[in-house]
Amino acid sequence: MGNDKKAQKRKSSLTRTFGTQEVIVVGVIVILFLFFSLASQSFRRYTTVVTLCNYMYYILLMAIGVTFPLITAGVDLSIGTGIICYSIVGSYVISQMHMPVGVGMVVTMALALLFGFLNGIIIAKLDLPPFIVTLCTMMIVRGLGSILAGGLSGVWPMAGSPGSWCRSIFKINAGGKIIPIGMIWMILLIVIMSFVLRKTRTGRYIIAIGSNKEALRLSGVNVVKWQVAAYLISGFFAGLAAIAYACTFSNITPGTGAGLELDAIGGAIIGGTSMTGGSGSIFGTFLGVLVISLLKTGLPYVGLQANWQQIITGLVLIGAVTMDMTKRHKAAG
Amino acid sequence: MGDIILTMKGIDKTFPGVHALDHVDLEIRRGEVLALVGENGAGKSTLMKVLTGIYKKDSGTITYEGHPVEFNNPREAQDAGIVIVHQELNMIGHLTVAQNIFIGREPRNGPFIDDAKMNADAEKLFQELNIEIDPKETMSRLTVGRQQMCEIAKAISHRAKIIVFDEPSAALTDAEIAQLFKIIRDLRKKQLGIVYISHRMDEINQITDRVTVMRDGHNVGTMLTSKSSKEDIINRMVGRVIYENPKAQSNVKPDAPTVLKVEHLNAGRMVQDVSFELHKGEILGFAGLMGAGRTETARALFGADPKQSGEITINGKKVDIRSPEQAVRAGLSYLSEDRKRFGLMLKKSIAENSTITCLPKYCRGPFIDKHREREVSRKYVEELKTKTPSIDQMVINLSGGNQQKVIIGKWLIGDADIMIFDEPTRGIDVGAKQEIYELMNRLVSQGKSIIMISSELTEILRMSDRILVMCEGRITGELDIKDATQTKIMYFATQRA
Repeated sequence: MGNDKKAQKRKSSLTRTFGTQEVIVVGVIVILFLFFSLASQSFRRYTTVVTLCNYMYYILLMAIGVTFPLITAGVDLSIGTGIICYSIVGSYVISQMHMPVGVGMVVTMALALLFGFLNGIIIAKLDLPPFIVTLCTMMIVRGLGSILAGGLSGVWPMAGSPGSWCRSIFKINAGGKIIPIGMIWMILLIVIMSFVLRKTRTGRYIIAIGSNKEALRLSGVNVVKWQVAAYLISGFFAGLAAIAYACTFSNITPGTGAGLELDAIGGAIIGGTSMTGGSGSIFGTFLGVLVISLLKTGLPYVGLQANWQQIITGLVLIGAVTMDMTKRHKAAG
Repeated sequence: MGDIILTMKGIDKTFPGVHALDHVDLEIRRGEVLALVGENGAGKSTLMKVLTGIYKKDSGTITYEGHPVEFNNPREAQDAGIVIVHQELNMIGHLTVAQNIFIGREPRNGPFIDDAKMNADAEKLFQELNIEIDPKETMSRLTVGRQQMCEIAKAISHRAKIIVFDEPSAALTDAEIAQLFKIIRDLRKKQLGIVYISHRMDEINQITDRVTVMRDGHNVGTMLTSKSSKEDIINRMVGRVIYENPKAQSNVKPDAPTVLKVEHLNAGRMVQDVSFELHKGEILGFAGLMGAGRTETARALFGADPKQSGEITINGKKVDIRSPEQAVRAGLSYLSEDRKRFGLMLKKSIAENSTITCLPKYCRGPFIDKHREREVSRKYVEELKTKTPSIDQMVINLSGGNQQKVIIGKWLIGDADIMIFDEPTRGIDVGAKQEIYELMNRLVSQGKSIIMISSELTEILRMSDRILVMCEGRITGELDIKDATQTKIMYFATQRA
């Protein structure tokens, strides 16, 4: 134990504030950024930042949400096909029922929350494995989205059409220059959710579920309630991600979305969320998503297309998981 | 009487904080059943684990068929012909009987497993043992008793010369026990050496030839079964020595009100019609052997496991407890015997563990008041003398005794009035044990009431004001502390229905 204390003291203040993994991930981000900038001239343009942001919003939102089930030692696989389903239903309300965009957003959020709640209640009440339950809802929402849209693409307001104000939630055009103001909302949400995770009862109980669910139950805490809360949060953010996706890309193809959840989950894990639950941070998740988004937008610039992105993302994930395991072994020993 | 097949001499084994085996000698003979008896923790299982290579001995020698041997793992022991049939069976439920018996050494036909030969070999084994089991049956469809027979068949297939049975009858019906004994007698006739670990006196009389009694890591005597009485064996098991001063009389005031009344509690096979009362300021000891149903009773009472029936009255009011949440609200707390699994968030700080039973009290709206949380956590670390560099220490880094204090602290912060301590000092070293005892005495003097489940008789006699003894899910005896002796408790603890 004496050695432990010394080791803790020796740690720099940087790693103490942010955690070792987060510092390493920041390093990776810097290296990736430098690498792409040096390797490709076109990467160094401002538009790259805009593209990066476009890709990052919905992945980040999903990732913030899914961090909560992950911390309970669960997972939510339904968010990827979920955001497609929810935004298609939203588009139906807007373009087929001719309702205002705001109503479409409310419907999108309501549906996302409903599925979050369903996931939570099935997992917590019936004590089923989260992986299986959310795998099933993933398939259900994928089918549902296609059926509700009648197989047609969902369309959200384009630039210039009525209701196009929704597009300027995430970027505004200031004198020919596009400014990704969505980042402001992202930072705001990161701060709020970090606060929820670290400073509130909800966050404490969600972390406690991942640490030792049975001990928490035997401490007289209603575990079902807080487990449902974790999936509700995940659903809520899937809803936000659906809106971000719709507002950014306007066109939504039914039946897609499978695999997007893996970008989000991968981001959370790269950011230091433990797959066995009990620890994780929203800021870490943000960094992890930044890595994934950088790879997504950067690799094409150096001539590596989608398949290579998959391979490299996979390798990065293995690295992140290895770090997590080493940490755990050290803690155990 | 057969000749000696195996001798263990001066076997010594120490675990951190426990001298599990203290220079133990043991002899196993051909064609003989040796009973190995003793209280929980006396060292029987440890000795057998040393014999079969699961544990490494610190010192001592094992001589097998005239040669010194040293097994590094169970596999080596098995290859040499020494096999243990565990209490918990090691069978794979999905596979067939024959697949289980020959697992890891399946007969081959080229690259393929020769199923026909495997089944035929298994059939032959069963014939040898006079058992009728279909080798092609799926293991999980057999009763526990028949699964155990498959274990025995597997042991025989290893050309075992010594078979150790570790409490084989614990999960068996009477008919299955009878069949087991028939098999054991057959094996004895075939000149195998057999060790039979059990708590059950009547079985020892029926099946064994000699008895070796263990207590506190010592071999305290070996005698012929036919020449020793049940009382004789029990007395040796518990010892006549008084280790620590037992409590002379109850400290509970005669007019102390009843704080908890449990009537006709039923929960599965392990809790049958349990009724008792707990008084204010009392330490009520629950004694019994392992598997007597004490933990199950506590968990059913606490709402951790479902119960079929039973009425619970706390401070004169009937309460409906169906979850730990309701139990905590009613003023109950449960300190599990398995602290790491059921008591603590190991990788969280002392502070975070401290307030988990009553977090709303340390919140302002939805927000945790970290200042007050730390304050109360620090207060209890000081009050309970928890040894830790700080309240931010992860509890995984604390010793067993200090972990227990963190758990006690969290229930005190939660303001529980009735505390169920399940094996409060298991895995805790002697010094910390003393502190936990003092703490429990202080708690009852402050008006808390305690139910203490313990398998250590000395602990029961030292701490309890009154003792309930359980056996096979029922309360078989109640003793006031001034009448209680180890022998009396053991008598009730082995009182099968």
